[in-house]
Amino acid sequence: MTVAVSILPEQQLAALNAAYDQAVARRRLRLLLGVVVFAAALLLAAIGAEVNLRTLFTYFGNFVSYFDRILTLDNGQRVWTDVGEWLWGWRKWLKMLGETLLISYVGTLIGATFAFVLNFFAAENTSPAPWLRFTVRRLLEFARTVPGIVFALIFVIAFGLGPMAGVLAIAIHSTGALGKLFSEIVENADMKPVEGIRSTGASWLSCMRFAVVPQVTAGYASYALLRFEINVREASVMGFVGAGGIGQELVVAIRKFYYSDVSAILLTIIVTVFVIDITTGWLRGRLFGKEART
Amino acid sequence: MTRRHEVDTAQLRARYPDVFDRPASARLAMPAMIVAAFAILIYGLVDLDFSPSRFLAGLSQLGWISLMMIPPDPGTSLPIYLKALGETLSIALLGTTLAAVFALPVSLLAARNVVPSNILRFPIRRFLDSIRGVDTLIWALVWINVVGLGPFAGVLAIAVSDFGAFGKLFSEAIEGADQKQVEGIRASGGSALHEIRFGLLPQVLPVIAGQVLYFIESNTRSATIIGIVGAGGIGLQLAEQIRVLEWQRVSFLVLMILVAVAAIDFISGKLRFAIIGRRAVA
Repeated sequence: MTVAVSILPEQQLAALNAAYDQAVARRRLRLLLGVVVFAAALLLAAIGAEVNLRTLFTYFGNFVSYFDRILTLDNGQRVWTDVGEWLWGWRKWLKMLGETLLISYVGTLIGATFAFVLNFFAAENTSPAPWLRFTVRRLLEFARTVPGIVFALIFVIAFGLGPMAGVLAIAIHSTGALGKLFSEIVENADMKPVEGIRSTGASWLSCMRFAVVPQVTAGYASYALLRFEINVREASVMGFVGAGGIGQELVVAIRKFYYSDVSAILLTIIVTVFVIDITTGWLRGRLFGKEART
Repeated sequence: MTRRHEVDTAQLRARYPDVFDRPASARLAMPAMIVAAFAILIYGLVDLDFSPSRFLAGLSQLGWISLMMIPPDPGTSLPIYLKALGETLSIALLGTTLAAVFALPVSLLAARNVVPSNILRFPIRRFLDSIRGVDTLIWALVWINVVGLGPFAGVLAIAVSDFGAFGKLFSEAIEGADQKQVEGIRASGGSALHEIRFGLLPQVLPVIAGQVLYFIESNTRSATIIGIVGAGGIGLQLAEQIRVLEWQRVSFLVLMILVAVAAIDFISGKLRFAIIGRRAVA
């Protein structure tokens, strides 16, 4: 079997080669330009952020030895040689961990409820009036752009120290995040059922209740579970500003250099996050089948 | 007419018993779940010291605070705030870049189609998972212990926590890449490195670039909060002003953050479209 390879005449080939070289050169130039601009931005950023490589190199040993220290008990032994001593405060920590989970649960549920109520006004296809959509959208945007912990800082002053501030901060942030996601689901919903219901003379509320909600609940629940997962992480640091949960214990341990406590609390947090991730993933798979996982 | 209708229902009921008489477990599952959810909610509210009086007192307090926030006013410290904002943006940019640079090689090791052996891949994946399980704020606290207070600790905190996230995302992008190009390179006699450089990277780089840009965006938000624990940037100013109850400055700082985040969103959205085209943006 022979394959005929046609070779172009020299002249034509030269023209093609030149054109190819030119195209590649142009692309390379653009890439180079992009790299230079990016490098300049990085350099500027490095100066702005007071990056000092010498500090890093001098103290990088500290970073490594920090982990060495948090894995060492007071008596100089490795932590896993004496688990009872390492996890000495497990009753207290489990209680704080339970509080953390409760904060994220209550916060997520309140946030999801508000998001549920608001998202129909924010969605393009269901909003009763443009001005309402605009207002609700800006409101949700505000709630999700301001970080949860900033809300927590302010709420700690308004509502006093304790988990209440954390719950409300998480609730507000979740309202913003879930409201956007929920309204996107509604925007993707099939509008034919809505038309069908409206043609029977139903009110806006009935249209939402009987035409939209049945289509979107699975998606809502999936996003709410995902949000719960994120909120568990978030609630674990709420204690840093005095808004309850395990973060309080952690920040005290880190600031007071109770090294082995730091690793013990981190371990409990990581394990909890793992367990929650796996459980919610499993739950989402069970409830809504594989396609709703992402 | 009515009578016939009734007969029809009875017949249908007899013919499709599983549609009309669903087992009690299926019918009760939803209400039971809702009741359980609310029972936990009530328990939570009680356990977390929610009381109506406290809530109302807090709300009125919050109302006062909001009133005192108007109008937003930076006082005389506008230059300081602008510098802090620049610092925050620098932290986000540097931290994300560092994370991406370090995560790329590791993500290759964590991808199934590059490293088929489970023995190596499994510990790397768990390692990345553990890093992601720890919040950026916690990393910031750890780095403050190592390099001292200041924005540098923030850069390193963002770099470490994003390293975990990028490792996972990049390795998923690599696993989603088309194997045909890789096989083509192998067939023409390329080494393993050639396969990665010419077979995989051209496919995954645009995806990765999009993800990195998206993270720079979301890290602008993270960078604002790590300042709260002392890792530099505008969060430091914000936390200080909240603690001394200078509400006009607080609202000004929040506005600054909102504007900055919106600007970064806009720019990185444009860049993302330019790099990977409109369709690939998830």
